Amino acid sequence: MMESSVGTVRRSGGRLAALGAWIDDRFPMTKMWKEHVSEYYAPKNFNFWYYFGSLALLVLVIQIVTGIFLTMNYKPSAADAFSSVEYIMRDVEWGWLIRYLHSTGASAFFIVVYLHMFRALLYGSYQKPRELLWIFGFLIYLCLMAEAFFGYLLPWGNMSYWGAQVIVSLFGAIPWIGNSLVEWIRGDYYISDVTLNRFFALHVVALPLALIFLVVAHILALHEVGSNNPDGVEIKKVKGPDGLPLDGIPFHPYYTVKDTVAAGVFLIVFCLIVFFAPELGGYFLEHANFEPADALRTPEHIAPVWYFTPFYAILRAVPNKLAGVALMGAAVVLLAFVPWLDRGKVRSIRYRGPIFKVFLISFAISFVALGWLGLQPATPGYTNAARVFGFVYFAFFLLMPWYTRIDRTRQPPERVTYRAH
Amino acid sequence: MSEQVDTGRRQFLTVATVATGVVGAAFAAVPFLASWKPSARAKALGAPVEVDISKIEPGAMIKVEWRGKAIFVVHRTPQMLTQLEGMAPQLRDPDSEDSEQPDFARNPARALKPEYLVLVGVCTHLGCAPLDRFTPGDVTVAADWPGGFFCPCHGSKFDLSGRVFKDVPAPTNLSVPPYRFLSDSRLLIGAEAGNA
Amino acid sequence: MRTELLALVAALAVTSAQAAGGGGHVEHANNDVSNQASLQRGARNFVNYCLGCHSAKYVRYNRLAADIGITEQQLIDNLMFTGERPHDTIVNAISVDDANRAFGVVPPDLSLVARSRGPDYIYSFLRSFYADPAKATGANNLVLPGTAMPHVLWELQGIQNAVWEGQVDAQGNASKHFKEFELVSPGWMDAHEFDSFVRDTVNFLDYAAEPVQLKRKSLGYRVIAFLVFFTLLAWALKREFWKDVK
Repeated sequence: MMESSVGTVRRSGGRLAALGAWIDDRFPMTKMWKEHVSEYYAPKNFNFWYYFGSLALLVLVIQIVTGIFLTMNYKPSAADAFSSVEYIMRDVEWGWLIRYLHSTGASAFFIVVYLHMFRALLYGSYQKPRELLWIFGFLIYLCLMAEAFFGYLLPWGNMSYWGAQVIVSLFGAIPWIGNSLVEWIRGDYYISDVTLNRFFALHVVALPLALIFLVVAHILALHEVGSNNPDGVEIKKVKGPDGLPLDGIPFHPYYTVKDTVAAGVFLIVFCLIVFFAPELGGYFLEHANFEPADALRTPEHIAPVWYFTPFYAILRAVPNKLAGVALMGAAVVLLAFVPWLDRGKVRSIRYRGPIFKVFLISFAISFVALGWLGLQPATPGYTNAARVFGFVYFAFFLLMPWYTRIDRTRQPPERVTYRAH
Repeated sequence: MSEQVDTGRRQFLTVATVATGVVGAAFAAVPFLASWKPSARAKALGAPVEVDISKIEPGAMIKVEWRGKAIFVVHRTPQMLTQLEGMAPQLRDPDSEDSEQPDFARNPARALKPEYLVLVGVCTHLGCAPLDRFTPGDVTVAADWPGGFFCPCHGSKFDLSGRVFKDVPAPTNLSVPPYRFLSDSRLLIGAEAGNA
Repeated sequence: MRTELLALVAALAVTSAQAAGGGGHVEHANNDVSNQASLQRGARNFVNYCLGCHSAKYVRYNRLAADIGITEQQLIDNLMFTGERPHDTIVNAISVDDANRAFGVVPPDLSLVARSRGPDYIYSFLRSFYADPAKATGANNLVLPGTAMPHVLWELQGIQNAVWEGQVDAQGNASKHFKEFELVSPGWMDAHEFDSFVRDTVNFLDYAAEPVQLKRKSLGYRVIAFLVFFTLLAWALKREFWKDVK
């Protein structure tokens, strides 16, 4: 367990401790370690849904490290990009592994982030005083989508090309400025070498910097107010004689150790995919992308990568292009408003009434159903289904002020519910 | 906190887990570090170069490129070869003990076949390209110039086998790359003598 | 509350079927990339029948030799005919202009065709040429109707006709659909031999699309084993510390 705290070790403890003291006189190293790790008291009742924040951080590190090494051999020009990816796959020692780690990591990022976001909906982690934490998370999600979109053009495969073509041209639906805007985004009259080079700069430098900044802000905002928990109970309300929350445990060693297990399980699943099924049936690496970009030949059906398809399904379900773009945008932006749409008196689903539970489960089902529909060709039957599920999706948000107010909630406990394990 | 903390077990498990994690991290680092080794394409581009030497006039030199470096191939005349004798007092390393070369080059001629001299055209001082000044008595190089190579950057001088003179900035003889003859008219530069 | 997770897993488990060209039956190639003898035959088939028009420009000869278990001399003797060096990639000399004049299209590079179309598609495609006097090449293909590719393997497979079945539906619209192939002129190989020939060729293309596939799986077993060991150790550590938490 925790041995002596660093502060008293100045004279005893040897050279390492002396170095630590020298640093601490000039930089808040131990202070930061205590405040954010060894003396950050988190609720003891974290469950499965609470793994995904640290897993998201792990995936971010994987993407940055593998991304740096890919950039060492990738060539961001229309003439060379596709070949440079095959060069990495075949000629660069271990290049294939670095590539698969990065492509699997991209999909893993979204799986982890969607589950992480869902946790917040389950337990009301966006409610006061955590609204800003949720906003930072929303901004991270936006940056992540942009990062994935820009990154997907880089292999310059046929799906890369046509996917970018379709999404960029959506901006043309905006009245008056649409066409100029599309030309400005592309930097050219069509998706070209110019577009590729600028997407490369955004993907490799600009958005990673923005993401890192936002993740730091996200964690600082969390630590400022403290973590929520599955019961939605505020652990700082019940403190012991030492001033520490009775239901809290220091993040280190308890959650560092628990999150290590989670990381191990995650890496097993991750590596099963990387080593045994890197394409994952065409969902993680799309088949059409193994053909070079061809401006004259569209793939049989253009679909965005799976993590964008719920929004793509909503876009296609609307008969009018501008309205479709607007609704697709609204489907994303509505997330930001949840802290203010939710008028519920309790945080956690455990103490909410039946109406909220029905809406949340329906929302989750709709999101997945829309995702599946977005991958299929747009037949009339599928389009109608997308309209139905889209309606449920929007109802979750737009009716929230009403159903969260009238719902019959239970009284949450004073202390967290916890079973030793 | 519990009264019965088995610190021994805790410490053992902590050490074991951390040690395994460090081993795992080391294994994970290997692919990234190894990816810096020359790729298959780099090895292909750096592959041995075939040179047709049948058209080189006696006394003339051609230049080819191998692994980004200039390679000099000189068709030496009998007079040039006789020039090599007696040069030893003027040279820093007449027996080529210090220079970068295959074993067969440890002799005055520094070549597999004396008529063909193959050298790396990079001055061993700071890397400039030495000029061919084979004519004896060429006063633009020096008084009593016996013929050889002259580096214009800092004045280093090498003889007709690329051996470095004393009292010049360059420390060692011009390097001899690995090479072998495929036939009387074809040279393979970059390949070990006797390899497939 | 696991609904989303389960549904996500279920969605991911739906295999995306390879969209097969314009139609036509797609049969399973059942190739085995670990079968080196098959890969060797397939490489030979490729060089002899495909390389004239189709390059495999991302495949390097020397790596191919190492992966399929032949020596550099065997490589040079059997697979390299036009003065390339073992460290070169498999390119050909067909000119773009000639190709456009002959076929109207440049024959695509085949390095990655097994990943973009799938081995089953290629296997079915190569076996689905049939006689069609209306086409410039005299042949059409059930899997890719209207293909510009001639029936290159006609000497081996022989020539077959496509037998169509007519149908009139409830609205009185006539349509035809494919019933079967009918061999009209035998080739050097019988059906079974030809299928093996095509399977070997497809096997080579499957390997060529991702040469590292065999090594990645064997490495994968070891990585997973290590991770399982590490995770169990970490779990024991977690349980030990969490005894503190009441």
